[in-house]
Amino acid sequence: MGETLKSWPDGRGHWGAYGGRFVPETLMAPLEELAEGYALARRDEEFQREFASLLRNYSGRPTPLFFAGRLTEHASSARLYLKREDLSHTGSHKINNALGQALLARRMGKRRIIAETGAGQHGVATATVCALFGFDCVVYMGAEDMRRQSLNVFRMRLLGAEVREVDNGSRTLKDAINEALRDWVSSPDDTYYLLGSALGPHPYPLMVRDFQSIIGRETREQILEREGRLPHLLIACVGGGSNSIGMFHPFLEDKDVAMVGVEAGGKGNALGEHAARFNESGGGRPGVLQGTMSYVLQDERGQIASTHSISAGLDYPSIGPEHAYLHDEGRVRYVSASDSEALEAFQTLSRLEGIIPALESAHAVAHALKAARQMKKDEIIVVNLSGRGDKDVMSVADALKGEER
Amino acid sequence: MSRIAQTFARLKSEGRRGFIPFVTAGDPNLETTYELLMELAGAGASLIELGVPFSDPVADGPVIQRASERALRYGFGMDEILAQVSRVREKLDVPLVLFSYFNPLLQFGLERLSVEASKAGVDGLLVTDLVPEESEEFSSLLRAHNLDMIFLVAPTSTDERLRMVASRATGFIYAVSRAGVTGARDRVSRDAEALVARVRQFSDLPVAVGFGISTAEQVRDVWRYADAAVVGSAIVAEIERRASSPDLAKRIGEFALSLLPVLES
Repeated sequence: MGETLKSWPDGRGHWGAYGGRFVPETLMAPLEELAEGYALARRDEEFQREFASLLRNYSGRPTPLFFAGRLTEHASSARLYLKREDLSHTGSHKINNALGQALLARRMGKRRIIAETGAGQHGVATATVCALFGFDCVVYMGAEDMRRQSLNVFRMRLLGAEVREVDNGSRTLKDAINEALRDWVSSPDDTYYLLGSALGPHPYPLMVRDFQSIIGRETREQILEREGRLPHLLIACVGGGSNSIGMFHPFLEDKDVAMVGVEAGGKGNALGEHAARFNESGGGRPGVLQGTMSYVLQDERGQIASTHSISAGLDYPSIGPEHAYLHDEGRVRYVSASDSEALEAFQTLSRLEGIIPALESAHAVAHALKAARQMKKDEIIVVNLSGRGDKDVMSVADALKGEER
Repeated sequence: MSRIAQTFARLKSEGRRGFIPFVTAGDPNLETTYELLMELAGAGASLIELGVPFSDPVADGPVIQRASERALRYGFGMDEILAQVSRVREKLDVPLVLFSYFNPLLQFGLERLSVEASKAGVDGLLVTDLVPEESEEFSSLLRAHNLDMIFLVAPTSTDERLRMVASRATGFIYAVSRAGVTGARDRVSRDAEALVARVRQFSDLPVAVGFGISTAEQVRDVWRYADAAVVGSAIVAEIERRASSPDLAKRIGEFALSLLPVLES
């Protein structure tokens, strides 16, 4: 166990000191059922074949690996490639996991799907697969996020999902997860909880990572074909951490491939002004939230802090347990990009490459522009462009108006 | 024998059943919490559960969520909660159980908590989101300081899980009456009775039933098959309703008394 970085987690979902299951007893039997169901599906060739077929024929995979020539020239830097998850059906990488879990839910005989959403990308992906499979669908979403992402709320309703507003706590992703967990505790027999990130109790962090690893596997093939060598650096934004772990995991044993996860630096270093869980002076340290042991933004008494990010999808006080482990092992470096850096990268990528990125992904682009300038011109960086920015244009317009003032 | 074990042994020898009220520490403030503990003991509580407020109470319904929010406005921590326990313990023998989520305990320090809770006169801990599999370290610390570790069982718990809980639990076992969050319900689910019968196949410990119990009639019904009934949200809702009352604690004591079935002897 744990012989290599890739061989984690252990049988109970631990990555070293992180992960595990910290849930009310009522959820233990459903989680065991889920873990068993997934273990069988994972080995089942028919399941994997159907998953691969949906990714190809429904979602449009493989997504392209695009050489961003103008961006590279602009930074006069290392060669910048973009993994175009934004071109996936529904506009982000979230569909990969939603399809995988929907297949599993069907296999387990569940008819009712619940999910949480922050930016709405996972909610839209879930509503989409529920339409495809004919499941009932309830999506919990914080009131604040519903305001920020009204377009996605409309899309979910159009797809036939019921969107339930969560009006307690910080009214964001964390509170939506709390409500989804309360729903699941109340109806564990017929309900499947389709969690959207590599978070929560075992087996979710493992399962979501597996379903998202297609990103890194494709990237490896594509870059070898294009450049005949592996990239020097991988960069991805990290909210809960599903797009980043999906990109990173297939490369973990490649010692010469460096990896950087970019957290939301928000508007300042004080607790409540950012969502950078690995920022120790900013209140991040190991703790337990929503079923898993990981790094958590919290006050000195263990109360979970409110967070801030211009991007709803990164606005979350904890992070997937595998990231906590990779952080402590020193395998992945974690940095942050501020709201204004993300806004600038959002505009730069739009103008130079004709690609409007999600605000989440713009955090990764912001760091890539910095990192690329420090590297040699023949070195290769791959940025995971996890989603497209249509959903964000209104809030970006508001933020830019605010900056002008 | 722990104070909890003694209490259940005494109830049993007298042919009685237990009544376990729950309040959230610091709701509406810490001074009132002290008064509430005294009043609840006076009203006949066999044991009292004291909730440690947490920002993200996923196992709780709206009533206890709001109580946590009210308590957290004051920004107190474990030290202040234990100080109230010490004050009660100077005067009374009623067993006290801290009812908490794991993170506030983890951040206080598990060893430090075991030492200080024991010193303050706490008798046991029930951690809502800590299942036996993840509790090994904490269990042994509690045991070393003579504190009971109380676990939840639920209607969804398999026999295998009941066996595991039975092998690790001390004090008593808390049976959750139904799948769901805390909060009053019109009737206590039939699942509870079946669950208690299943627990008794694996454990000789007393079994308390909670979640959804809000009337004397429901307490009496639970007493038919379980060793104690826990009333939480109904009391917390009454605290919320009467928060501005100058004699809040006394009124809650009266309310608790009204939840005790009148015994025909």
